[in-house]
Amino acid sequence: MPRDRLLKLLLIGTAGGLFSGLFGVGGGTIIVPLLIFWLAYGEREATGTSLAAIVIIGAYGAVAQALYGNVNPGDAAVVGIPALAGVVAGAAVQQRIPERLVALLFAALLVATAAQFIF
Amino acid sequence: MEYVAAAALGFLGGMLGGLVGVGGGVLFVPALVIFLDQTQVGAESTSLLAIVFVAALGAYRQYGYGNVRVRDGLVLGGFGLVGVIGGVAISNAVSGRTLELMFAALALVIAAQLARRALRPGGANPPKARAPGRP
Repeated sequence: MPRDRLLKLLLIGTAGGLFSGLFGVGGGTIIVPLLIFWLAYGEREATGTSLAAIVIIGAYGAVAQALYGNVNPGDAAVVGIPALAGVVAGAAVQQRIPERLVALLFAALLVATAAQFIF
Repeated sequence: MEYVAAAALGFLGGMLGGLVGVGGGVLFVPALVIFLDQTQVGAESTSLLAIVFVAALGAYRQYGYGNVRVRDGLVLGGFGLVGVIGGVAISNAVSGRTLELMFAALALVIAAQLARRALRPGGANPPKARAPGRP
């Protein structure tokens, strides 16, 4: 892997982890756009690769918080099990819509998230 | 009834994950706080556990569609640990409100860039721009 490409991946991974540690999310909010802007990823590839990274990044936080006793597995199942059906449906829908619509949906999600943080 | 509402938000969070490549925490956290009476910290922690499984299934499906660059994903995830440790340290040193506003500002800048890119003539990804990153 070329050095500048590795360096960009390193920065994006660190940024994703930073957001995960700061806000208790997976880090996809920052990983997806940076893959698109810095590494010329297509939207679909950015979202798929982001999910793979989130598995690992999310696991660090989940394990650390579980050690502090902050994780409630029953509640995780209440939201997580329907979410498993959701993610399969979402990924299937994503293959059938234009990539620019994926980008616009992501932009809308960012605006909604920003609003949630401001208010 | 609360469980039904939390499950519905969970489904939507997962849907979001499949559509735009996030873990779904942005909906899991409010679902856990509002409907299952968790604290903010408890909700974020519990959400992370759900995210791991949802992202794993999502990544598997996206891999099947040919949308995952496995090696890049592993590098991203590996270096993410440095960021997670830094993020936890910073979140303990800086006020939550400051962080929230910084994050909101950054999110709006990125949203504007993504939208501008998607709406320009020629599409989000002109063939020329895609070539360098391809394995």
